[in-house]
Amino acid sequence: MAVGRTMIGQDMLETSANGPFVTGKVRLEHAVGMHARPAVKLTKLAKRFQAQISIRASEAADWINAKSVAKVMALRAPRNSIIEIKALGEDAQAAVVALVDLVAADFPDVGPS
Amino acid sequence: MNDLVSIVIVSHSMDIAKGTADMVRQMVGSEVKVAFCGGDPDGGLGTNVGRIMDAINDAWSSKGVAILVDLGGAETNSEMAVEMLEPERRQRVVVCNAPIVEGAVMAATEAAGGSSLEQVKAVAEELSAG
Repeated sequence: MAVGRTMIGQDMLETSANGPFVTGKVRLEHAVGMHARPAVKLTKLAKRFQAQISIRASEAADWINAKSVAKVMALRAPRNSIIEIKALGEDAQAAVVALVDLVAADFPDVGPS
Repeated sequence: MNDLVSIVIVSHSMDIAKGTADMVRQMVGSEVKVAFCGGDPDGGLGTNVGRIMDAINDAWSSKGVAILVDLGGAETNSEMAVEMLEPERRQRVVVCNAPIVEGAVMAATEAAGGSSLEQVKAVAEELSAG
């Protein structure tokens, strides 16, 4: 069941509830892909949520912990990869929406948390 | 905020120490306190126990301080500096076995999420774990 859906340009951002998981998909537009700076931003944001959050790029076999900066950096997802996010827990929906937004907005600088 | 683990960077080179601290501030943000030291008083390469102690005390957080070092003497002098701290601070300072730049960025990222000193050290050391 789709619970949230927006269009930005030609890219579909989508979140849905899939069993106990909330999942989302977003295209990585960042010019250099999931390099150090985006990885740090994604990890920091993921850590604000209680939910277990996993991500993978381009339908890789393994999901990785979105709260592990070493693993997110090691993703090395290139530009235009599809990043999938899944989360489990009370704030899973908010977590997936926030992370999809972060990637869709191309990792904007935000104020101190 | 004083409830996040702080980071201290100890290099033989002041340029590397400062550059690493700049990377942490720009990539992770300014919520995690970062102090650094490096070089000898004449502008050459080296590390100094007194300066390392000053950096630890500057960065002090009740939640602890994680030190990232470069080569040999930076590690032994950092360990010596920790030994010479006040006893109640000594227990809350660790030297991480991690590459200085990558370790500092990852440790600070983990610290920014409010993690414990033990978790911060473990994340920094993930890269060197076999």
